[in-house]
Amino acid sequence: MRPVTPTLELRGVVKRYGHVAALTDVDFTATAGEVVALVGDNGAGKSTLIKAIAGTHRIDGGRILLDGAPVTIGSPTEASALGIETVYQDLALCDNLDVTANLYLGREKRRKRSLLLDREGMQAHAAAVIADLAAHLPVLDTPVSALSGGQRQAIAVSRAALWGSKIVLLDEPTAALGVAQTVMVYELIRRLRDRGLAIVVISHNMADVFAVADRVTVLRLGRNAGEFRPGADSTDDVVAAITGSRELDRARNESGENA
Amino acid sequence: MKLARTAASGTGTVLIGLIVVWVFFQSLNANFLSARNLSNLLLQIAVLGTLAVGMVMVLILGEIDLSVGAIAGVSAAMLALLITDHGWPAWAAVVAALALGAVIGVIHAVVITAAGIPSFIITLAGLLVWQGVQLWLVGDGGQIPIRDQAIRSIASSYLVPGFGWVVAVLVVAGFAGVRLVRRNRRISHGLTVAPTTTEAAAVAAVAVVVLAITWVLNSYFGIPWVFVLLLALVAAGGVLMTGTTFGRHVIAIGGNREAARRAGIPVRRTVILVFALISAIAALAGIIEASRQFSASNALGGGTLQLNAIAAAVIGGTSLFGGRGRIYHAILGALVVGSVQNGLDLLGEPAAVKNIATGVILVVAVVLDAVSRRRRLARGATE
Repeated sequence: MRPVTPTLELRGVVKRYGHVAALTDVDFTATAGEVVALVGDNGAGKSTLIKAIAGTHRIDGGRILLDGAPVTIGSPTEASALGIETVYQDLALCDNLDVTANLYLGREKRRKRSLLLDREGMQAHAAAVIADLAAHLPVLDTPVSALSGGQRQAIAVSRAALWGSKIVLLDEPTAALGVAQTVMVYELIRRLRDRGLAIVVISHNMADVFAVADRVTVLRLGRNAGEFRPGADSTDDVVAAITGSRELDRARNESGENA
Repeated sequence: MKLARTAASGTGTVLIGLIVVWVFFQSLNANFLSARNLSNLLLQIAVLGTLAVGMVMVLILGEIDLSVGAIAGVSAAMLALLITDHGWPAWAAVVAALALGAVIGVIHAVVITAAGIPSFIITLAGLLVWQGVQLWLVGDGGQIPIRDQAIRSIASSYLVPGFGWVVAVLVVAGFAGVRLVRRNRRISHGLTVAPTTTEAAAVAAVAVVVLAITWVLNSYFGIPWVFVLLLALVAAGGVLMTGTTFGRHVIAIGGNREAARRAGIPVRRTVILVFALISAIAALAGIIEASRQFSASNALGGGTLQLNAIAAAVIGGTSLFGGRGRIYHAILGALVVGSVQNGLDLLGEPAAVKNIATGVILVVAVVLDAVSRRRRLARGATE
């Protein structure tokens, strides 16, 4: 493989809450056209790492590089200006607005030389993006409250594509979805990847991870605990890294040999 | 399509309610639907309707303002004081009164957003504070008379019939023009449009209603000037809420404040602007009421006016839970509340009956709002 500059690279990132070290020397990369799964047990530091990338929390040490250039991400607004879009678990959608309005939330287009919204232009552009990414979405002037969980998730994810983001962070994208809707969201994630975005998926669900990820980064107790490839490594390998059972086995074996 | 249908059904309920009220009072008193009484009704709802326009905005934002009556009172007192005691020209006093309203709104919103206190509490405190200031401005006399002819004529002049017809035709043409422009824009963007017959029917319906109202009012003194003012305010408010980024942000904040914040919407700035607007609109209502009374009294804006403004907004179809409502709900709700009070007046019923009747109608409207909200939530959860 030729060396590619990762779209996003974290080197030796440290984050402390008072005396508690949430992240210690964590390295993480995400490359364009790749889906990286970030996994780990509760408290492993996944959320902290995502919040650092999304600009919600500042890091206490280490560096964040975008396309090889060091950046500081001080706020969610700065993150989205840098092309980092985060889709949270609790879906930041406005139920009372329609699909188009939600896609353009906070970035509404106006007509030329006018203060008026370009409703028709937004709807036409949204229709094109939706047709390309998630054709199963219903009419664009349906209020979001009338949509299913999977459709809502699709809107939240499509928003990232609409804005030409480079990196999309998805926090537990299938946590509340049924089987068919989960497949739909996988499909959408692959389409975004094929468009050349770098996708980071945080998940507890091994089925999710092996269905959609090209690479798996495991965190354990705030440190890197291994890199895996779904084709080459098994679920057991990843689970072992998450729980640390390999280390226990090794420790047990070593102590056994010594005895 | 679906959206249009839900909006239509919500508005449909109010219209049916209004027709029921009108039929009821007409059957008890044949004068109820006379040109003279309808003209009076429009004069009576001008202040209430104006206050309700601001209330709809603040309810859509997901907040409430309990101080609009007091702001109307204090602004009217300021207007009268500047004209009568300080000899200001009418236009300057009007500008000052509106500016005072806006400043009061900004003060409320800054406290609400900075301290994160519910608007309910801050505007309740505002109600007391501004009523106090109003008493202080009006002074011992209990009222400040206004002799300025321009101010006095706001609420007591009518459009001459010929000009009334011109305005009516312009309103219909404007409505048709907006529909046509929107239709052409949709076609040029390759979006679906309603059949021409549907569009024509909508324009025809509006034309019939507008021309009928004009005809009835012209058979008395003509269209009251304040009613034209109220319609213009509703039109401007409607464009602001549905056609601009600002309005879209207000609706988004009312729907899901956290989502709006994460999407980069300037929540605090939007909240401050909405409160500045509702308070300036309340000041306008105060000016209209002062014009009706030819004075600014210490009772102006007091009594049940404040609560009726909230009732009118909710009865008109605006949700108390935020995120849902249209500016024209203000006029519909004010018509229902105004018709009930006017009808009971005609029947010689005391204030007690009027208050009870308005309260009962408000409960019905709020229950309908809560039921439709629960149905929406249930649907969202099951699908």
